[in-house]
Amino acid sequence: MAADIISTVEFNHTGELLATGDKGGRVVIFQREQESKNQVHRRGEYNVYSTFQSHEPEFDYLKSLEIEEKINKIRWLPQQNAAYFLLSTNDKTVKLWKVSERDKRPEGYNLKDEEGRLRDPATITTLRVPVLRPMDLMVEATPRRVFANAHTYHINSISVNSDYETYMSADDLRINLWNFEITNQSFNIVDIKPANMEELTEVITAAEFHPHHCNTFVYSSSKGTIRLCDMRASALCDRHTKFFEEPEDPSNRSFFSEIISSISDVKFSHSGRYIMTRDYLTVKVWDLNMENRPIETYQVHDYLRSKLCSLYENDCIFDKFECVWNGSDSVIMTGSYNNFFRMFDRNTKRDVTLEASRENSKPRAILKPRKVCVGGKRRKDEISVDSLDFSKKILHTAWHPSENIIAVAATNNLYIFQDKVN
Amino acid sequence: MKCQKKKYRRRGDRRSTMSAEVPEAASAEEQKEMEDKVTSPEKAEEAKLKARYPHLGQKPGGSDFLRKRLQKGQKYFDSGDYNMAKAKMKNKQLPAAAPDKTEVTGDYIPTPQDLPQRKPSLVASKLAG
Repeated sequence: MAADIISTVEFNHTGELLATGDKGGRVVIFQREQESKNQVHRRGEYNVYSTFQSHEPEFDYLKSLEIEEKINKIRWLPQQNAAYFLLSTNDKTVKLWKVSERDKRPEGYNLKDEEGRLRDPATITTLRVPVLRPMDLMVEATPRRVFANAHTYHINSISVNSDYETYMSADDLRINLWNFEITNQSFNIVDIKPANMEELTEVITAAEFHPHHCNTFVYSSSKGTIRLCDMRASALCDRHTKFFEEPEDPSNRSFFSEIISSISDVKFSHSGRYIMTRDYLTVKVWDLNMENRPIETYQVHDYLRSKLCSLYENDCIFDKFECVWNGSDSVIMTGSYNNFFRMFDRNTKRDVTLEASRENSKPRAILKPRKVCVGGKRRKDEISVDSLDFSKKILHTAWHPSENIIAVAATNNLYIFQDKVN
Repeated sequence: MKCQKKKYRRRGDRRSTMSAEVPEAASAEEQKEMEDKVTSPEKAEEAKLKARYPHLGQKPGGSDFLRKRLQKGQKYFDSGDYNMAKAKMKNKQLPAAAPDKTEVTGDYIPTPQDLPQRKPSLVASKLAG
């Protein structure tokens, strides 16, 4: 079913919970099993913890447009009490959800009977104190805030600030800053809409707050550039503090150059010293202190360069792949086609291609590295470029904050892979 | 791709001039293309695309392209019809859903559940400009 297509995946800050959002507007949260003394050899597996409908399809009556309920992004808030909080967004509206557990129920009311029906006060002759009794665990999700009507264009990113009081939401042309407590106002901090839309040359593709500095954020563009902004400099951050762009050899320029340079995702490293960007064919790591070129470039699937014409015709060239860091910022991961995903070790410079598929998904089966063969003789285990299935794309992946556990969304299936325990 | 401007000579001379010009020009273009194919698969792909869609604009990143991107996938509906249909639904069944879900037109009033999944395709607009 098309509504089951997973559109976002995100671990919370401890890695205990994993949230997925889908095209039908639903959020499913998985929780890691507590490791018990009986099963020391088994790593905690993830089981469904809560499911709820976050967004519904809506209509914009003024413009006669349908607003899709697809969840574009989920971001967790750090845990501050027993309940869990997350932000989920579709194209137009961000919602703050509270997910909490209930494992006790009050019993022994005076004015209500056991079924909840009101008792006739005349029949009550004694008074008793209700007591809390254990009940089966119930997980409830309630919408606590709805942040609506602030975006003319489609929201592509949300990011929680390290101050835990504010967050930002970014659409194609504007970025807004919100306070979690206030839903009827937001500050516009970036506006790249030209006065005359005929002069539009680029759009915002992704945005994220710095993990430690609450005044700093970055946003990427469809022209392959990244801007770092400091909110202390001015209220409207139209002028960047830093501008990251790799120079291009003009003789290499082709019709496709700008399209494939469009950045589909930008992520700060956990250390806050680097940013990683994903464009159509590569993943790049940038040092915040060096704006004129990335410090590392990794080829995800360069063999697609000779397929750009057909990828343009079937729209795949516009696919938006995400990228993620591991907990120690030593390995980066991103998806590709044919349900392949790639990992690059920044230290050893080794890379691997793995596949998320039914055949490999037997529990505790070890993933076998895959290889795409470009031309000439194809070895037995290799797959040729022409046999790749472009409808099987891995756009969304997530990495546990501290352990080697990854979540990979392959269309409407979620795969969770863990490192073998020895 | 350069636009070849041909100078028109007197009628008598034209045929001989053109036949002398064209083969030279073609081989220079061909040579450059062959060089490009060897050095850049991207340029080869570009040539393929232009061969299929000769009306394609030169700059894909232009404002037209981006504006279409901003509106990508939006589905229009008629709120008046929709609300009337919702009111009628309480009394009687709506006409059966059109078998072809890719187009909701004519007498059939769409409801949110019936709107087809949108394919975010720019194919039509790319060819148009």
